[in-house]
Amino acid sequence: MVFYVFAALAVAGAIVVIAHSNPVYSAVSLVLTLFSTAVLFILLHADFVAVIQVLVYAGAIMILFIFTVMFLNLRPESFKFDSKYMYFKVSVFFVLLLLVGYFASIGFRMGLKINYAGEPPDFGSAEGVGTVLFTDYLLPFELTSVLIVAAIIGVVAIAKKREG
Amino acid sequence: MAVSIEHYLVLSAILFLIGAYGVITRKNIIIVLMSLELMLNAANLTFVAFSRALDDMTGHVFMIMSLTVAAAEVAVGLALVVSVYRHKETLNIDVLKLLKG
Repeated sequence: MVFYVFAALAVAGAIVVIAHSNPVYSAVSLVLTLFSTAVLFILLHADFVAVIQVLVYAGAIMILFIFTVMFLNLRPESFKFDSKYMYFKVSVFFVLLLLVGYFASIGFRMGLKINYAGEPPDFGSAEGVGTVLFTDYLLPFELTSVLIVAAIIGVVAIAKKREG
Repeated sequence: MAVSIEHYLVLSAILFLIGAYGVITRKNIIIVLMSLELMLNAANLTFVAFSRALDDMTGHVFMIMSLTVAAAEVAVGLALVVSVYRHKETLNIDVLKLLKG
């Protein structure tokens, strides 16, 4: 029951994101979608990941979005389809639709069952995720920090006001 | 009321396609970036759902990696948006065709 409520909330939020003309409302409903996804993560016993989701997505990323929208002082755009690139875009969408259907069918055919009785006791906790993250995936984790440094330097270089 | 893995897969596919539709149809760059976030979020949901079904926490690790990439991408993307707005005074992606894309 909880799943259906929050799945519906997530889908509703996602629809408002792409359908509303005011970017601020889109940002707020994106928070709704991400928060509902965090609740679904808790249902999947992924507690640590759910906390990270709320902190990083609903905290950091949404602040960035809303800050940018406020900073640029945008007017709501008139929402209508543009006809120029529409054929190309619609064909890309249908290719994506096919791909998603294909991968979903692979997932269905795997016939996985959620094991409701027994998962490991530290499944999804900060301890369990940390153990995997800092042993098997230590090198990718360290490379992530390189990515973040590159992103920071890039952002400063791009957004800096040019002199003269 | 057992919610199976397929429920999560279908929800994830729906969210992904809504995000893809937003990327394709919207003209405001900021909304396009938000729709990209929706798509990444749907992928994360798939990671975590499979992780639960397989009793393997590797999916959580990959979800954290993907989250980091999403954060970096949004930071760089919004910096580009600010830079573009300074030059062109618009965020309409159909107006921004300096590279003939």
